[in-house]
Amino acid sequence: MQPFSKHTGLVLPLDRINVDTDQMVPKQFLKLQTKQGFGRVLFYDWRYLPGEKPNPDFILNQPRYKGASVMLARANFGCGSSREHAPWAVADYGFRVLIAPSYADIFYNNCFKNGILPVTLPDEKVEDLFKRAEKEPGYSLTADLPNQTISDAHGLNLKFEIDNFRKHVLLEGLDDIGLTLKHEAAITAFEQARHPGATMYEPVDAKYSPNQQ
Amino acid sequence: MNPRTMYRKIWDAHVVHEAPGEPSLIYIDRHLVHEGTSPQAFTGLKEAGRKVRRPDLAFAVMDHSVPTKNRNLPILDEAAMGQFSALERNCRGAGITLFDMFSHNQGIVHVIGPELGITQPGQTIVCGDSHTSTHGAFGTLAFGIGTSEVEHVLATQCLSQYASKTMHIVVNGKRTKGVSAKDIILAIIGKIGIAGGTSRVVEYSGEAIRALSMDGRMTVCNMSIEGGARAGMIAPDHTTFAYMEGRPYVPRGKAFQEAVERWKALATDPGAKFDATVTLDASKISPQVTWGTNPGMVTGVTDRVPDPASFHEADDQKAAARALEYMGLKAGTLVVDIPVDRVFIGSCTNSRLNDLRAAARVVAGKHVSKTLKEALVVPGSMSIKAKAEAEGLDKIFRDAGFEWRDAGCSMCIAMNPDVLPPGERAASTSNRNFEGRQGKDSRTHLVSPIMAAAAAIAGHFVDVRDWNVDATE
Repeated sequence: MQPFSKHTGLVLPLDRINVDTDQMVPKQFLKLQTKQGFGRVLFYDWRYLPGEKPNPDFILNQPRYKGASVMLARANFGCGSSREHAPWAVADYGFRVLIAPSYADIFYNNCFKNGILPVTLPDEKVEDLFKRAEKEPGYSLTADLPNQTISDAHGLNLKFEIDNFRKHVLLEGLDDIGLTLKHEAAITAFEQARHPGATMYEPVDAKYSPNQQ
Repeated sequence: MNPRTMYRKIWDAHVVHEAPGEPSLIYIDRHLVHEGTSPQAFTGLKEAGRKVRRPDLAFAVMDHSVPTKNRNLPILDEAAMGQFSALERNCRGAGITLFDMFSHNQGIVHVIGPELGITQPGQTIVCGDSHTSTHGAFGTLAFGIGTSEVEHVLATQCLSQYASKTMHIVVNGKRTKGVSAKDIILAIIGKIGIAGGTSRVVEYSGEAIRALSMDGRMTVCNMSIEGGARAGMIAPDHTTFAYMEGRPYVPRGKAFQEAVERWKALATDPGAKFDATVTLDASKISPQVTWGTNPGMVTGVTDRVPDPASFHEADDQKAAARALEYMGLKAGTLVVDIPVDRVFIGSCTNSRLNDLRAAARVVAGKHVSKTLKEALVVPGSMSIKAKAEAEGLDKIFRDAGFEWRDAGCSMCIAMNPDVLPPGERAASTSNRNFEGRQGKDSRTHLVSPIMAAAAAIAGHFVDVRDWNVDATE
């Protein structure tokens, strides 16, 4: 995974609460079998008119936000479906930092697997950032993970909280599976003590079933 | 030992490793897999040179993109076909049980898990699908995960997790005739909001929950995620045990009796503390209809579409105004005056045998409205379909003008050809009314199976209580 330490970028203020993952990547793109290329379809139905013509009313298409890499969002960002295609699209488009008052659990968790830093700030701080971003063309923010700060060029400096373990994993770009496999002995011991199994007592109409008693 | 919640008991029994300042490593008893969120996980494993650790604990099924008719014909959707081939190849390679689209046991992943007895009380269950919360109806800790975590579970049979906070939702009293399990959970979401359960595991209890069949309990737990919760669960009891006995993966005879004794001990101890408690009175819940673009935008069938100005927060006012515009609705319209174009009875929320029986009682001897463009019944599994046919439900639905389909996710997510066209309005028994969920620019109203059935007959929403039909699912 791509490590995250410090990032400065143009801010996109997405002024909607409860943005769900169906909006980030609509269902028709869930049939792709790669993790790449989803940036093109991020916010597809909001972003494009028929014929994939960019919808000028949608903020992502406005010239002043071209190249944005910090997304400012409202409460409960990423609710709904567990689809990791959503953070894949966010990252593939070029966003490295999200700032919102709150996130839905699964989406929040998925961000850390994809080198995205989801920053949580209180409502009033997020509201203030919205005002600054909307007022000043080219408004940029810097997210500093080691120091846990969000800052701008005008002296704004906000501290944010983040779980230490997740911070460590993101800073180092660590592989979660590799971390878990360090506990291979504990996993084996658990299995030997508890014998988790799934025995089939009556035939089912399945292919490749290894569970027949 | 201190009194523990059911959640804590299941958690404690699955800790493989824990250390201060780190998430715990939790063992996963059952991993359910479908074609939509798994290909990248198998690819990741292969690229890293890793193997599936416990193929015997994984169960795969094709559900999200499968057609619900003419399965004998070639599938023209090449991308969907690619997913099916990938799932088949990956399961064959790893030795994972697969229910393909021609299996008599095929169905929606959250329907067939319980139906086959793969789901059992006390387990940890995950799936790359947010409605995994459904399995909590059996007293399991079951939650949805992303594809990276699907890969993690395939490789290690564990997940790295922090313990969640807990929320106790108590539904007291008896529901009135015509009120369904779906109405209970929609009313709960209306009360706590769609982020009300965020970072919490919910336990449902109370007289109205106890009175539900397993099908009804699954409906309630299914939509826990729609209230933002990580998982939802209900303590197993005699209803649970009676449902489970004799299912293909459930132990028999003495072993079953011993399992029941263990399962009984899962219930939350008296005096155990929850981080939050919410109480509802079932007798005050009316049939619910969503009017907006998330499941929390819901009201009673006798109410009116709300005025955005009636919301306190500016964000909520904006969201409501936008939702009404998207839905093509005017504030103040009576819910019963909203016409519907199509009706969908199906999805992992409401496609089980008791759901279909209840809907059939509504439509028996009647016919769908002439104004209706389509009415679909999509059973949750091929096994439910067969049982329903043995009872003659298919004939009741067909005679009433419904289409009777094969099992799958269908119009809930519209990844197959069952799509709600732009601008059209559906009464749907599914779980999400997000913008574009059932098709681009389509308009979804979430309701119970009997409310959907009644709307199909009338051509608009009606208060199904006036029809004097038994809602019991």
